[in-house]
Amino acid sequence: MTEIAGKLFTWINTRLPIVNTFERHLSKHPVPSKVNFWYLFGALAAVTLIIQVVTGIWLIMPYSNTEEQAFSSIEYIMRDVDYGWVIRYMHTTGASLFFAVVYLHMFRGLLYGSYQKPKELVWIFGCTIYLAMMAEGFLGYVLPYGQMSYWGAQVIISLFGAIPYIGESLELWVRGDYYISGITVSRFFALHVVALPLVLIALVFLHLVALHEVGAGNPEGVDIEEHLDEDGVPLDSVPFFPYKVLNALVAIGVFMTVFSIIMFFFPEGGGYFIEMANFQEANPLVTPDHIAPVWYYAPFYTMLRAIPDPLGGLIVMASAVAIFFIVPWLDRSKVASIRYKGIYSKIAITMFGVSFLTLGYLGTVGVTEVRKTMSVICTIIYFAYFLLMPIYTKYEITKEVPERL
Amino acid sequence: MQDKDKTRRKVLIGLTSAVSLSGLPFAATPFIAAWNPSAKAKAAGAAVKLDVSKMQYGQQIQVSWRKQPVFIVRHTEESIASLDLALPKLADPNSDQIEEPYRGLNPSRSKSPEYSVFSGVCTHLGCAPKYFPKIEPKPWDATWNGGFFCPCHGSMFDIVGRVFKGVPAPTNLIVPPHMFDGSILTIGEDKEL
Repeated sequence: MTEIAGKLFTWINTRLPIVNTFERHLSKHPVPSKVNFWYLFGALAAVTLIIQVVTGIWLIMPYSNTEEQAFSSIEYIMRDVDYGWVIRYMHTTGASLFFAVVYLHMFRGLLYGSYQKPKELVWIFGCTIYLAMMAEGFLGYVLPYGQMSYWGAQVIISLFGAIPYIGESLELWVRGDYYISGITVSRFFALHVVALPLVLIALVFLHLVALHEVGAGNPEGVDIEEHLDEDGVPLDSVPFFPYKVLNALVAIGVFMTVFSIIMFFFPEGGGYFIEMANFQEANPLVTPDHIAPVWYYAPFYTMLRAIPDPLGGLIVMASAVAIFFIVPWLDRSKVASIRYKGIYSKIAITMFGVSFLTLGYLGTVGVTEVRKTMSVICTIIYFAYFLLMPIYTKYEITKEVPERL
Repeated sequence: MQDKDKTRRKVLIGLTSAVSLSGLPFAATPFIAAWNPSAKAKAAGAAVKLDVSKMQYGQQIQVSWRKQPVFIVRHTEESIASLDLALPKLADPNSDQIEEPYRGLNPSRSKSPEYSVFSGVCTHLGCAPKYFPKIEPKPWDATWNGGFFCPCHGSMFDIVGRVFKGVPAPTNLIVPPHMFDGSILTIGEDKEL
């Protein structure tokens, strides 16, 4: 029996590189031996992506993408489909937690210089994943055709209208109708369930291939390739499988616990994960009292509101995302990790973190004079972090990076 | 390979690529055009025609155009003449803050001196303002000259849809493109615009 299985395996393996791939990317793939919890969010993001794909497929089955039935089909999923509520809440919780882990993953990158040479492409693929996620999240939020779906989409689509000359026709082209109708919902559905998931999965593949080519970083910013053993394996490394995989399983266990608590007890997340207005069907004639985005877009929405001119707001908001792409060339530091960078970098990243969180808070509450001023200040700090990076990283005094991990 | 051959090869590759690429816009056309409003959407969003000659003086009616209510008001000469009375109360009497298709043409803001045509969606939060044509003291305004009052948050507009100062609505009610052919009013289309 074992012999037959062995023969079968050999037969397959000579036709499909199973052992090679397993060794190259898992059992013999060297990763730094000392990393901290910040290095776990990539794995958690991958897990969340799988959850989103699986629950998404199951949600497509009972969902109806027409103007008349979109909203009621969501209620149908919630009330009449066996376990439909849990699948939908898994998907909505997954969406918010996907953004949560990706934000932490990105912040890790900024902390430890995970974009520095030769990891520029890993970083750029990552930024593109984030961009695709933002589009994916927005499109998905429109599908239930609730009040916030409608009015949120109204705000976002009218951003296209701010583009000079072609704006208005572009808006009409995106909607395919004179208001956000069933036509808009069904094309967003196609993009949300087919087009963008394909793009996302392809990008995740590229992100990982590029990462495995250049090797993972570590919180010390030490280049482990400098000290190799006689087989050419870095001395300060362990194989990805089983060491890091088992490590990640613990993190996944903790993550799943948090996930389940939210999913079963706080699926609306206090109105931050699913906004209360979205429990009402879309009504083009009645605007909700307070239009706010879901929490993960809130920082950028605040920037949009902070600028009085719509086109200016659009440019600032787009730049806020675009600027991530050029971070590898903004950082002129000799060292990668914040541990060895100077005081200016430490102050800068703290202020950046605080301003990002403040922008996020401001995006979920109404506008007052004081909050408007705060939005402008935080937007300036946000951009200053990036734009002044070439100066403060170049001229600060850095600490000596150790030779070994 | 000789250098001459290399150059030839480059030219051929370049030409082939250019010709192939010229097909790209053609191939892309159906995919881009399919996102335009379909014939069905266009028909549903087409201009609305109605005969306004049967309207009484001072009457206001509502028609639906692209899922939005549009108000039509037939003015008397006196009510047009009394427009100036509300002038000090108005936030933007000449509609400078919005795109106004027929600015300065008629006091009614429309293409006809007798009729006003404007959107019935309050510019604050989209409620439908109500028409109170009589000149009489109202709970919301002791010197009411007739106009529109939004029951949701108390925004006030005059009889041609211009917003008052100090109310939640930020701008005047929007005038859609329209045209008159005798007494036939077409909303949503203007051949001269």
